[in-house]
Order: sequence, then C-alpha cells, then structure tokens
Amino acid sequence: MAKPTAAVFSFTGCEGCSLAILECEKELLDVVKLVDFVEWREAMSERTEAMIDLGFIDGAISTHHDEKKIRQVRERVRMLISIGACATNAGVNALKHRYGLREVKEIVYGEAGAEFDTISARPVHAVVPVEFEIPGCPIQGEEFLRIVLDIVQGKQPRLPNYPVCVECKRKENVCVFEKGMICMGPVARAGCGADCPSYGAWCEACRGFVDNPNDEAHEEVLTKYGVTSEELLQRYDIFCAYELEERKSRQQGQR
Amino acid sequence: MADRKLSIFVEEICRVEGHGNIVLNASNGKIEELWLEITESPRFFEAMMLGRRWDEATHISCRICGICSIAHTTTSVRAIEDAFGIEPSEQTLALRKIAYYGEMIQSHVLHFYYLAAPDFLGVPSVFPLVQSHPEEVKRALRLKRLGNDLCKAIVGRHIHPCAYLPKCMPKLPDPKALEDMHRRCVAAREDLAAAVDLFATVKLPDFQREGEALASWHPDEYGMYECQAIKSTQGDLTERRDYRQKIHEYVVPHSHAKHAETEQGAYMVGALARYRCNKEQLHPAALAVADRLQLDSYLFNPYAITLAQVVETVHSVEEAIRYLEWTLGRELEWEDWGVKPRAGRGVGVDEAPRGLLIHDYTFDDDGKLTAVNCIIPTNQNLNNIERDFHALVPQIIDRPDAEIQLLLEMLVRAYDPCISCATHLLRVEIKR
Ligand code: SF4
Ligand code: SF4
Ligand code: SF4
Repeated sequence: MAKPTAAVFSFTGCEGCSLAILECEKELLDVVKLVDFVEWREAMSERTEAMIDLGFIDGAISTHHDEKKIRQVRERVRMLISIGACATNAGVNALKHRYGLREVKEIVYGEAGAEFDTISARPVHAVVPVEFEIPGCPIQGEEFLRIVLDIVQGKQPRLPNYPVCVECKRKENVCVFEKGMICMGPVARAGCGADCPSYGAWCEACRGFVDNPNDEAHEEVLTKYGVTSEELLQRYDIFCAYELEERKSRQQGQR
Repeated sequence: MADRKLSIFVEEICRVEGHGNIVLNASNGKIEELWLEITESPRFFEAMMLGRRWDEATHISCRICGICSIAHTTTSVRAIEDAFGIEPSEQTLALRKIAYYGEMIQSHVLHFYYLAAPDFLGVPSVFPLVQSHPEEVKRALRLKRLGNDLCKAIVGRHIHPCAYLPKCMPKLPDPKALEDMHRRCVAAREDLAAAVDLFATVKLPDFQREGEALASWHPDEYGMYECQAIKSTQGDLTERRDYRQKIHEYVVPHSHAKHAETEQGAYMVGALARYRCNKEQLHPAALAVADRLQLDSYLFNPYAITLAQVVETVHSVEEAIRYLEWTLGRELEWEDWGVKPRAGRGVGVDEAPRGLLIHDYTFDDDGKLTAVNCIIPTNQNLNNIERDFHALVPQIIDRPDAEIQLLLEMLVRAYDPCISCATHLLRVEIKR
C-alpha cells in the first residue's frame, strides 16, 4: 500500500502544535516513515493540487478568513484531524469572549482596531465535520504518533476518559495541593502522563475535561482537599472557556 | 528595461512561522507597492489577560508563541517578580538559565538548519535533505533535541513549560539528568563545529543597509536572560522600566495597526542586533566562530542574521555548560513556593531568540491584572524588513521575477519572523 499523504494547516494559534510535530525529533524521521508530507507551510515550500489523505489542523477558527479557508481545506482532505486545544476546543482564543469583540479590539488597538476581522473563536468541529481530535496545549508527540499509527493501520484511535489524577498517582507524585496549589487534575482528561504535576506544578486542564466531570472526577482527591468538581471547573478556564460556555448553554437548555 | 511590469505576490511565505504575504508591484523599474502583509489572525492577548490572576498571566501569555514560549515565560515571570518585589535565588536563576539557553539553542537550530539552510542548499524544504544530506540532518536533530531536552530537564517541556513559576522552581531537577545534559552539551561542540563549517561555505546575497539596532544589556553578561537596560547601537542606554522613552508604539491610521520605532525610525532586533550591541561579551568560542564566519563584515546585511544565530548557538551551549557546572558543583536546596501578590507595576525585559521582548503588567491588590502591554520582536522587525525591501528592490529590479521573489522571501526568512508573535497586526487591507 502506498504511504498516505499528509498536510498541516494552521489557523489562529501559536503554531506550537505544528512545531510539536516537526519536533517529534528522533521521531520526525518516524513520522516521515508513516506518512508523506505534501504540504506544510511552516516547514516546506512545496504545495499540492491532489487530494490529501490526512489533514492536520492547528489553531482555532476566529476570523471570516479562517472560516473560508477551513471549508476549502475540508474539500481537499479525506480525513480531517484537529490537533491541540485551539483546534479542538478554541483554546486560549476563547478568553477574549469575556469582553465584547468590539471592546477587545479597542483595548489592544484603540479606535483604529474597529475594522479588524475577528469573530467568536470556535473549534474546527463547530464549522466543518472533523474525523478525530487530539487534545493538549501543546499536543504530546508520543500520543500524536500513536494516533497517526492507529489511523494509518485503519484502527479507531482512542483517548483516555479518566482524570489526570490517575496518571499522577501511578507516578507516585506528591500531590501539589500539599504545597497550597490548586490543581485541575481531578476533572482534567488524562493522556499527558500528568506532565505538570510531575514537574511540581498544577494542572490547568489543557486537554479539556473528562466527559462527565461530575461523575468521573477523582473523588478521593476532591474529598481529601475539600474541593468540588464544580469549583475546579471554574478555577482555570484558560483552555476550556469555550467548553464551559457550551456546558452552560446546555445546562440552561435543559432547564 | 522598458515597459516591464512586475507583480509579485507571495502568499503565505513558506518556512516562516506565522502567516505573511509579500506584495510587490512595479512598473518600468519604479516601485508602486511594496510591503510585507500580515494575515495572521489578531489574537488580542493584552485584552485576554485583563482581569486575570497573576498565576494565569504567564500561562496565557506564553501561548503568544510556541517557538519562543520559554522567552515569553521568562519575561512574564520577571514582570510578575518585579511587580511583587520577589528576588529569585542564585540557584533558581542558574536553573532557569539552563532552560533559557536550551530554548535559544533549539530555536536558532530550527531556524538555521530547518528553515534557512534549504535556501542555501537549493532545496525547497528540510525533507529532501533527509535523503541528500543525512549527516547534516542527524546533526541538526541532535542539536535541536539537546535544546529541547535542556528545557525538559528543568521546566518539564519546551513548548509552554509547565514548571517555570515566579519565585523558585516547583521541583528540583534530577542530578542524573543534569549530568547527562552536561555530557551532551560538551559533545555538542563537535556538531556545532560541523555546522560552522557548513555555514562558512555559504555565500550571502550582497546587500547592506545601515540602521539602528536594539538589544538587552547587562554589565556582567551578554544580554540575553539578563537585562538591566536596553542598549542601542546609537550608544544610548534606556532603563528597563522606561522602555517607552525609547520605543514608541503607535497606531498608523491607514494601516490600522501598531508599529514600533525609535526617534531614528525603524530598528532591528534579534541575533545580529545583539551581536552589534554586545559582541565583546560573547564567550570566546563564539567570538572565534564570528571571526571564522567574518560576521564583522556583514554587520549591516540582514541576511547575516542566520550567521549571527550560529554564533549565538555556540555562546548558548557554552553558557548552558557553565550553569550546569555551577549546579552540579553543589547540593541543590529546596525552596518553599509561595507568592504574595501586591498592587503595582512590573516590567520584564529580555531577549527572545528573535529579539527584544517586553512584558509590562500592572496588578491590583488581589494580584489581578489591570493593564498589560507586550512588545514582541517580530512586530519591531516588520518595520525594518519593509525598509530593507525598499532599499533592496531597486538594486535587483532588473533580475528575473523568480530571483527577486526568492531574495525577498529569503530576506523575510532571515529575520526569522515568528509572525504568530505579532500580537499587533501590521496591516489588514490587501491593496490591489
Ligand atoms: S493548542 Fe496551544 S500549543 Fe497548540 S497552537 Fe494552540 S496555543 Fe499553541
Ligand atoms: S490533584 Fe493534581 S497533583 Fe494532586 S494527584 Fe491529582 S493530578 Fe496529581
Ligand atoms: S497536567 Fe494538565 S495542564 Fe499539564 S499537560 Fe496534562 S492536562 Fe495539560
């Protein structure tokens, strides 16, 4: 079988996620073994006209231009895979929603900003259908490679649906609540190997939450440090502002 | 060359992080339109950070850029420390610098090997080099991995570090990892020597334009992590907190965006700017490389930024070795984490790989941000790139379109602009 072709397309983000691919380092050579990159503006000058098998998207959709471009990209690829918090969850970009769009333009650019093209930041799946999402800010190289391998072999990739605390306990880390920090680990989606607590810092749920934070939270940690999952959900919304907005409108809809 | 119409529109310049277009329209050898257009989506970081707690400030602002997120983290943390009156210990500074130089190494290597070298070797990207120059590619990967692993050993990861906090390290690094890093840094000298050999054969496009350059300055070391004042090639020094007296950010009505300039006009920041301001303070090994690459004869040639990055990589590896040795020579002490916010203003200034970086924060009593200003290297350089364009194009206008296009693209790439850094847009309207 011929190697599948792949391309990376960047939208509104810091491009840390496409860098994370370029940086699978030793593994860069391994990625190249799995797929043939035919288009990737950050890394190469080549472009293609042919249909692309795998299209990796980093960045959120936050301008009319982004919106138009993602629809065009969708036409050109067989499987669309969102990578990173920006693409899967709007990421930090949704933080601007706290203020009105007119207001953020004015805060940064003064009156002259009024003409800027900006719309509410949305994840890719809110605009076009997406085949798979790889979370994280940034994505983790190993997880990325594993998922690409699954896809190339025709298997359905999976993400863990248990909290970061589980991975953290497995590593026998000292819980950062002990240092007076507040950690999102009990409600955050695992898969990063509890990266932040392993280096002594709190988790900010850059991979989003487990599917049902109220039922699937790490109860033992919550009880021990006297916090509730609802409190935690509000603590750091750096990466989950969009998810929380959606949650709120769902809850309101149910009422 | 009568009646020649030239129209170049390079959409989304390749091998530049971020989104930018080059627009050039000329008729009969006269430039009608020429600029670098930034199509990167505006991201509004300064607004997104308002009202945020201090413990979120760094983790939001480092998402400005994935390549220099350690530099953003450094600047942000220093602004917070400045505001809260925190003086980190010598040990914390030594550890941070190991990670900081790690990023400098990875970012420079990414640029000169992955993004610029294909131009010099005449191929469109790094991928064909895997076949044609396997040794070079392996070397590049080793060096870049070294940079990344220096970051990883200290602050967990190099793209958006999770464990780089104000006051002290939340966890002490594993001494075995430090020993391993030391060994690898020493071994990297050989890879770097080979890189120097490669770049010594490179012929730079012939171009010069004199102009002001700004860089961080510190009395004790080559201004990178440390910055006591902002130094100009005009000879003046500006205190960190007074940066606004030197650098004017202003909104250009017709382009709807902030520009940065000094009284002299456009200025340059980055590796060549640092070299021009502070080269006497470089490590002797780096100075020897500068000599070998004849950097002093290209001080006003922006294409030489790539060479200055090679020089600075040598410096950064030597600095990493120095701080690793300092760290390995003692028992590391555990420091209690605990930051007490207070109201006030704090300014962090240091050098990102691409140049001068400033974060200016004001906090209220609860440690929430009430004012934020970030000045980013790429924004400062965009103005200078356009000035270069205008000086360069008349010199090359008689050459074939493809060559003009390549020279302009290479010029933009030489500045290594990480346009996603441009928290302020340069231009929004596409003129036709
Ligand atoms: S998810 Fe994070 S690392 Fe990835 S592009 Fe967005 S801000 Fe950058
Ligand atoms: S709360 Fe955080 S530090 Fe504590 S166990 Fe869970 S993930 Fe680990
Ligand atoms: S510990 Fe939390 S914030 Fe850190 S990488 Fe994992 S999910 Fe993201």
